[in-house]
Amino acid sequence: MAVADVSQSSAKVNWLYDARVRAVFYQILTIVLFVLFVVWLGSNTAQNLEDRGIATGFGFLDQPAGFGVPFSLIDYSETSPYWDAFVLSVLNTLFISFIGIVLATVIGFIFGVMRLSSNWIISKFAAIYLETARNVPLLLQILFWYFGVLTALPQLRQSINIGDSIFLNNRGLYMPSPIYGPGFEFVVIAFLVAVIGVIMIRRWAAKRQEATGEQFPVFWTALGLILGLPLLAFAVTGFPLSWEYPALKGFNFRGGAVLIPEFMALLAALTLYTAAFIGEIVRAGIMAVSHGQTEAAYALGIRPGTTMRLVIIPQALRVIVPPLTSQYLNLTKNSSLAAAIGYPELVAVWSGTVLNQTGQAIECILMTMLVYLTISLSISVFMNWYNRRIALVER
Amino acid sequence: MRYTSLCAAGFAAMFVAGTASAGTLDDVKARGELICGVTTGLAGFAAPDDKGEWAGFDVDVCRAVATGVFGDPKKVKFVPTTGKSRFPALQSGEVDMLARNTTWTFDRDVKLGFEFTGINFYDGQGFMVRKDLGVKSAYELDGASVCVTTGSTTELNLGDFFRANNMSYTPVVYEKADEIRTAYDANRCDVYTTDRSGLAAQRSELSNPDDHVVLPEVISKEPLGPLVQHGDHQWGDVVRWSLNVMIIAEELGVTSQNVDDMRASSKNPEIRRLLGVEGEYGPRLGLANDWAYNIIKTVGNYAESYERNVGPNTPIGLERGVNALWTDGGILYAPPFR
Repeated sequence: MAVADVSQSSAKVNWLYDARVRAVFYQILTIVLFVLFVVWLGSNTAQNLEDRGIATGFGFLDQPAGFGVPFSLIDYSETSPYWDAFVLSVLNTLFISFIGIVLATVIGFIFGVMRLSSNWIISKFAAIYLETARNVPLLLQILFWYFGVLTALPQLRQSINIGDSIFLNNRGLYMPSPIYGPGFEFVVIAFLVAVIGVIMIRRWAAKRQEATGEQFPVFWTALGLILGLPLLAFAVTGFPLSWEYPALKGFNFRGGAVLIPEFMALLAALTLYTAAFIGEIVRAGIMAVSHGQTEAAYALGIRPGTTMRLVIIPQALRVIVPPLTSQYLNLTKNSSLAAAIGYPELVAVWSGTVLNQTGQAIECILMTMLVYLTISLSISVFMNWYNRRIALVER
Repeated sequence: MRYTSLCAAGFAAMFVAGTASAGTLDDVKARGELICGVTTGLAGFAAPDDKGEWAGFDVDVCRAVATGVFGDPKKVKFVPTTGKSRFPALQSGEVDMLARNTTWTFDRDVKLGFEFTGINFYDGQGFMVRKDLGVKSAYELDGASVCVTTGSTTELNLGDFFRANNMSYTPVVYEKADEIRTAYDANRCDVYTTDRSGLAAQRSELSNPDDHVVLPEVISKEPLGPLVQHGDHQWGDVVRWSLNVMIIAEELGVTSQNVDDMRASSKNPEIRRLLGVEGEYGPRLGLANDWAYNIIKTVGNYAESYERNVGPNTPIGLERGVNALWTDGGILYAPPFR
């Protein structure tokens, strides 16, 4: 096409020497080559699969899976279809990522602040943890925790027994599981009402303080509401909740809920590893706030805790949030290392067991990648929204 | 112009890569070594010995094929594969063949696009437990935690067995045999299930082998054998007949010790054909005429390989059982060499 352009315009300045035309030409050429490359890859794959007689397609999703898994948040058995195994593995990934992110954030903030403490022991203790956890490969940490958990915890018949209801051994942490009776939904509704109430009270208290300078005990009111309202509803509906206790029967504990050691080891490793990075990010964020801010707050007579909460942290967050997002994404993606210890998350179950049992490599890997992409992009979108909210509004 | 030449180079590279594959046998010959997928380490079947050389019953199949092609059992590169990575490795051509305790099933043969080239071990799935549990039968295992390899037929058989007998179980899944052994040894699970040969091999490596017992029930058929990619019939034949040569040699009483005498003086026409004295059998496969002689001379016949790696006098201690020759009451049987 570019050749034709050249011949038409030969009367005027030769287009071959026009930088803009050449730029466009190269860009079009690159796109065409890229599209050709993708088409070539696709047709090659299809050809190879056909040559080797490998069936393709997503028809396998409603076939029975036939294998069991040690840990599931949904009702799953060997007769469930592959699709259920997929849902199960996605939920397990989300479960460990969510809990990991919450715990890592809390621990990270605590250690980040501790690292800056003027107390020598606290500061050095935090430094040792941060440096160790950041500088040992995550896979090793996972294996360390896993075999640590397996060997350090007592055997099944010597379980640590807390009040005949919670048992801890190297098969897992066994807890009573709740059985909800009729009317329990009112307790949930009461809780939601309390949460909404707390948000409204906070706004009202902030406005009142701005207008009059008077403070309102928001924290204690919120605590009272969030605990009190559901408890009240619970009592009124006649305590519609009972517990199923785990009991040692035959080979294992039966009944109740269980957190398997694979989950505990993975959670410990992921949390402590990511928390160390978050700690450093928090430290950097706080140090980025000029010391004059602290001094100014002190000069106004604001106490150190309040200074930290109302002056330093809000400004530090602007520095903290963008790299924090990367750490959240890292934690989620790193959960795939669970395949090494057999926690049934997405990579272990879907692009591991299922891929192997069905041989549908392309389909399984594609679905796995799509899930991670979706999770990561969702976290990104949320964190970007939060970042915009707290960012400095320039006037 | 920089960009265009780069793109052109990339394009050229793609088409070269796309047309590189002729026949596997030619590829192997051109490369100068066979690439054989084995386990990540299963005592007696495929594991590095104290000198760091791979040895074992499955390894001998790889060595037999390498000897058939090159006359030299050392010309093999062993690629350890997990239960999960073995099939993609073979499908993608990263390995020329697999010899790694792989069960021949319809799905693998037909749907995954492989060709099983024989059976070198007739196995069945069993259960191993601690003696102090006092369990005498697999039917007493209701509610047990069971360690199993992910992505294996054993994982599916396990589910079927417990379901068929109305029993419940908790699976504990790992990818590698040594992970399972560590977890089972640490009492993470009550039961270890895999092929009975694998159980015997793993038991020999536990901290106290005598504390563990393999239960009598065999819950499945597990014909284990080497496999290659579907569609390359010449290569499939090479692998198939390399294994058959070892079995036929045992039937005919040819061993690595007496193979030279046999070649010089045997009057038995099948032995003469096998050892390349009569006929042109090797060249029809694309190999030298003395390929079978080389296999028997260096790797030995089936019985020699068995006794050396997994037999009663090894730590694995497996009796021949159904793996005895059909003439000795087993089901091992190779087509005639003619």
